[in-house]
Amino acid sequence: MEFRFFYHFGRYLLMLKGMFSRPENMRMYWKEFMKQCVDIGLGSLGIVVIISLFLGAVTTVQTAYQLVSGFIPKSTIAQVVRDTLILELAPTMVCIVLGGVVGSKIASELGNMRISEQIDAQEIMGINTKAYLIGPKILAALVTIPGLVVIAAFLGIFGGLEAGKMSGIISHEEFMQGLRQSFDGYNVFFALSKAYTYSFIISSIPAYYGYNVTGGALEIGRASTTAVVVSCVLILFADYALAALLL
Amino acid sequence: MIELKNIRKSFGDKEILKDVSANMEPGKTNLIIGASGSGKTVLMKCMVGLMKVDSGTVLYNGQDFTAMDDHEKKPIRQEIGMLFQGSALFDSMTVEQNIMFPLDMFSSMSYRERRKRMQECLDRVELKDANKKFPAEISGGMKKRVGIARAIVLNPKYLFVDEPNSGLDPQTSLIIDKLIKDITVEYNITTVVNTHDMNTVMESGDHIIYMHQGKKQWEGSNEDIIFSEDKLLNDFIFASEFFQDIKEMRKLEMFRDKNWRAKQAGGGNK
Repeated sequence: MEFRFFYHFGRYLLMLKGMFSRPENMRMYWKEFMKQCVDIGLGSLGIVVIISLFLGAVTTVQTAYQLVSGFIPKSTIAQVVRDTLILELAPTMVCIVLGGVVGSKIASELGNMRISEQIDAQEIMGINTKAYLIGPKILAALVTIPGLVVIAAFLGIFGGLEAGKMSGIISHEEFMQGLRQSFDGYNVFFALSKAYTYSFIISSIPAYYGYNVTGGALEIGRASTTAVVVSCVLILFADYALAALLL
Repeated sequence: MIELKNIRKSFGDKEILKDVSANMEPGKTNLIIGASGSGKTVLMKCMVGLMKVDSGTVLYNGQDFTAMDDHEKKPIRQEIGMLFQGSALFDSMTVEQNIMFPLDMFSSMSYRERRKRMQECLDRVELKDANKKFPAEISGGMKKRVGIARAIVLNPKYLFVDEPNSGLDPQTSLIIDKLIKDITVEYNITTVVNTHDMNTVMESGDHIIYMHQGKKQWEGSNEDIIFSEDKLLNDFIFASEFFQDIKEMRKLEMFRDKNWRAKQAGGGNK
C-alpha cells in the first residue's frame, strides 16, 4: 500500500488552516459546538466510567501481586496505583479507547456527509465547511476529553480502593494514607498536557480522513479504520515524546 | 445571466471539458444534456465552484466567479440554490430544520419570520404533513421537493438542478419538472438542469446544450431539437423507436400549427 506521508501531512495542515475564518453566524457555530460537546463528552462517559473503574481495580491487584517483600508498606500500593493512573492509564488508555469511539464516529459522520453531497450542499450555500463541521468537533474534544481524563483518574483510584478492600489486599485507611504520600502536582499537569494533545489528535485526524473521503460506503469504512489506526499510533508516539520532553 | 467562456477541465491526462462556451439565460430552464461521461456533471460543478476550471471563465452577471477566492465567492454563493441528485438533505435534521438551515445561517429574520418563510416554501412545493419527519422517513419524490424548498428559501437568482428525475417514477418526474419550470418563471431565476431524461428535454427545455465527449455539440430549444439534423444529437435523443415516433408526430403537429397560423394570418389580412 502506498503511503504518501508528506501529501497527507500537507493536506492535513491545509485543512487546519482552512478552519480559521470568520464564522458566518456565531449562534449556529455555538449550537454545533454544544451539540458536539454532548456527542463527544456525554456520549463517551459510559465507556470511560467502565474502563477506568476496571483499570484501577486491576492495577491494585497486580501491584499487590508484585510487591512480595514484607519491608514495603501496603500503602505503597495506593501510591503506585495513583501515579500509574494519573501519569499513564487515565490519559493514554482512555484516549486510545476514545480514539476508537470518537474517532470512528467523526470519520464516518463526515465521510457520509461527503459521499451524500451534504458537504457540497453547505459549500454551495457559502458556508466554510472546514470551519463549521470540523472546528466545533476539535474544540469540543479539547474541552470535554481532558474532563473525561480527570474523571477517569478519580474513578480509577476509586476502583483500585474498592478492589483492594473487596479482595482483602489493602484496607481503606492504608489506601487513603498511600494516596496522600509524596503526591506531586506536576503529574497532574503532565496528565493534562497529554490529554490536550491526544484530544487534538483523536478529533483532527479522523476529521481529515472523513472530510476527504471519495467513493462509496466501502471507502467510509476504510477511512474510519485508517483514522482510528493512525490516531492510535500518533497517541503512542506523542506519549513517548511528551514523556521524554516533560519528565 | 451565467456566461461560460472557453471552459477546460482535465483529470490527469484525461480532458473532460474541451473549450465549452455557453450562456445560461434568466427566466429560462437551461438544460445540459448528454450521455453518461459526457462532462455535464463536471461542467455544473465548475459552474458552482465545487471544482476549479483549468482555464476559461464563469461569469455571474458579468462578475468573474473563477477569479474569486472563497471569501469573495460567498455573496454569489448565497444567490445560488442547488438541488442535488440524491437531494443531499441533512440526515440529522427534520424536513423543516433542513429548509430553515440556510435562513438560520444567513438571514437576519426573527424566528417567527424564518418559520413563516419555511412554511411558504413547503407550501410552494406542495409538501404537507412532513415538517417533523427526518429525510430517512420520506419518499424520493418528497426528498426532491424538500431539496427544492431548501434551494429557493433564500430567494436565489440561480438554481442548479442535478438529475432531478433520477430514481423517480414517471408521474413524480413530471410533477418535479413542472415545479422547477414554474419556479423558474415565477421568480425569474436562471435555472440550469443537468439531465438525460427525454421527458424533461421535451417539456421543459427552453434552452438546451447537448454535450458530447466534453464538447458542446449542439445548442437550441426543444422545438429546434425536432428539426435538428445533427446526427450525434439525433442518435442520443431519438435512440428508441418510441421517441422517433414522437419526433415525427411533433413535426407534423408543428407543421399543421404553422400552416394554420399562416392561414389565419392570411385570412385576417383579407
